[in-house]
Amino acid sequence: MLRACLRGANATARNNFGKTRLTNLQHCRHYTAGETSGGGAAKVVAAGLVTVGGGIGGTILYAKWDNKFRAAVENNVPYSDWLLGLALGPPSPKSGLPIKKQKELAQPPSMMDKQTNVSKAKSEKKVKEAAESPASEMSPVPIQPAQSIEEASAEATHIISAISEVTSVPAPCDTEGAAVKAVSASLEESLTSSAKATLQAIGAQEAALQAITRHTLKLKEAMEAEVPPQEKSAQWKDLEAALADRTGAVNDAETALSKANEALDSLKSVIDKSKGLKVSAVRPLVLAAEENLHNMVVDLDKVVTKVHSAESEAKIVSQYSELVNEAKQQFQREVSSLTPEIQANWKGLTGKLSSDDLNALIAHAHRRIDQLNRELAEQRVREQIHIDAALEQQKLEDQKALEKAVSTALQHIKEEARLEQERKLSELREVMEAEMRTQLRRQAAAHTDHVRDVLKVQEQELRVDAEQVLSSKMLEQETRYRQLSQEQLDNFTLDMNTAYARLKGMEEAIDSHVVAEEEARKAHQLWLSVEALNYTLKTANADIPTVPLEGAAQAVRDSCHDSDFALALSSALPEESLHRGVYSEASLRARFNSLRSLARRVALIDESHNSLYQYFLSYLQAALLFEEKQEAPPAQLCSEDLDPFKLLSYASYCLEHGDLELAAKLVNQLRGEARRVVEDWLTEARLTLETRQVVSLLSAYANAVGLGTTQAP
Amino acid sequence: MSEKELGKKWDRCLADSAIKLGTGLGLGIVFSVLFFKRHTWPISFGSGVGLGMAYANCQNDLRSHYLQKIAASE
Repeated sequence: MLRACLRGANATARNNFGKTRLTNLQHCRHYTAGETSGGGAAKVVAAGLVTVGGGIGGTILYAKWDNKFRAAVENNVPYSDWLLGLALGPPSPKSGLPIKKQKELAQPPSMMDKQTNVSKAKSEKKVKEAAESPASEMSPVPIQPAQSIEEASAEATHIISAISEVTSVPAPCDTEGAAVKAVSASLEESLTSSAKATLQAIGAQEAALQAITRHTLKLKEAMEAEVPPQEKSAQWKDLEAALADRTGAVNDAETALSKANEALDSLKSVIDKSKGLKVSAVRPLVLAAEENLHNMVVDLDKVVTKVHSAESEAKIVSQYSELVNEAKQQFQREVSSLTPEIQANWKGLTGKLSSDDLNALIAHAHRRIDQLNRELAEQRVREQIHIDAALEQQKLEDQKALEKAVSTALQHIKEEARLEQERKLSELREVMEAEMRTQLRRQAAAHTDHVRDVLKVQEQELRVDAEQVLSSKMLEQETRYRQLSQEQLDNFTLDMNTAYARLKGMEEAIDSHVVAEEEARKAHQLWLSVEALNYTLKTANADIPTVPLEGAAQAVRDSCHDSDFALALSSALPEESLHRGVYSEASLRARFNSLRSLARRVALIDESHNSLYQYFLSYLQAALLFEEKQEAPPAQLCSEDLDPFKLLSYASYCLEHGDLELAAKLVNQLRGEARRVVEDWLTEARLTLETRQVVSLLSAYANAVGLGTTQAP
Repeated sequence: MSEKELGKKWDRCLADSAIKLGTGLGLGIVFSVLFFKRHTWPISFGSGVGLGMAYANCQNDLRSHYLQKIAASE
């Protein structure tokens, strides 16, 4: 038991210790593992994130650079188009097919038209402002040249509309657009500048015209009007002012005209340059510009002719006025020569003249009249000649003017015709283009129909072929499948049969084994229970009996229900041993040793000798008698050996040599008080001996049975 | 245990004899002092009585096993 306790203590100590060590280790491992595993895991995670981020970034950058790659990525990876659109914006149009380009090329005319309509309002405003300024210049002019103003405004609107038509937005086509843009921009510029200049020139010319007419009228008035002398001076002053005006206006007109001509020349050069580019989209622009140019030139020419005519008229009037002035001057001189003291203004001098003066004057007048009559006669004579000369001159001049007019008109008409032709050409071209497009469309439609039909036919053929192939393959597969399944089935049945047979054999073997094992098991159980019973006998410590053998005996009885012998034996166990247990031989031995002295002391006491004196004598005897501690008993006891002392020494010897039975037998021979004293010991010894005998018999029986059931290898 | 019986008997015996002797002695002393004017004979008488009684008791006790008891035999 001590050993068991120690073992238990060790075990518990070890367990505790082991557990604590385990837990410590676990903790340590946890900490260290945690640290290392945490660090390692973080590193791995970080590396993975960096890799993924780098991959995505690289993909996006490359997609930005190469659109084909971008398209490929968008096709293959779902949701990549969303991501790429987010990162880079929508895919660039450069990646479109060439068809798109052609479409875009086809768009310019329509776009231009739209945009001309849009920009018309803007440019109208701009040019109206430019036109208003010359109009405002003209407004302070008196009412008479209203007609010319209207004409001018009409021309201005004409020019405005021309400009607005031409200020078209350049074509949106990429490759030719730049050139066209440049061309149209230059055209626009030059057109606007030339228009401005022309307008200015026209305005100036108009102004000049008006100034000239005014001057002429004034001159006429001054010549013919019979106004009082005070007003005459005012009139002459007005006339001078008008003359100054006229000259200024004429100069302005000249400069403006020159400027306009310059601008028109530049426009012409620009037009020629753009014509030289030979770009189709520019042609309508060029056409329009040329038309405008022509119109402006025409207008300018008209105005210039008007101005010239006015000038010529003015020249005539001025010539007439000069002549009149000259005559007046002549007369004045004559009068002054005659009457030097008289002033020039002779009309107001009626009361101051003397009779001599008057006579002289009258004589002079008469002489003058004669002279004039003579001149008149001469003149009448030379009238025809003069007239003819004048007519000739006039004819010449008329011829010149006519020629000039004709030439200019011819030029204009030529120009117009050319423009018309170009316009018609462009229109025709457009029409041709449209027709061609329709034809092409028709052709394309026809082609697609044909292709469709051909495809249909091909599809049919291919389908038939494919179906044939499919059906043959299917048949083949079917047959193969059936074959395989049949094989499988046969194999399976074969395997099943073999397995079944083996199973049957195995079952039989197992059954026989089971039976044998059952027997063996029972025997083993019996043996085990007997061993347990045997072991319980050993549980006796010093002075403590064994545990009650009831349990073990019950176990033995349970494990041997079919063996009568064993049953009988197990029931032969004494009750006392079952309920209380038996003492071990060692304890009996020890007890005997203490008993022995007592028995020696009461050796003389028996039924008849049991007084106190006897007791005293007995004690004395015990004190004085010495015998062998242990003496080997003889094989047969004689009467001498029945002496208690001898018996006790024999019993001691037997006990020392482990022979409890003989010791008990010897002790049994004691009589009297000694016997009474060792009675209990004897019963105990008897119990132990009985139990041991039964147990040994049982174990022998179990061994025999076990041996019987054990199978030799 | 049967071997302890003898020991028990002897214990009883000794105790008894001690008591009896003591009592006898005591009584002897008392009587001697009280009634017999300090003679020694009551003391010795008393102790003798006590001793005798104790002896007899002891003997009886030791013998008791060998006596046939009527109640037990019937």
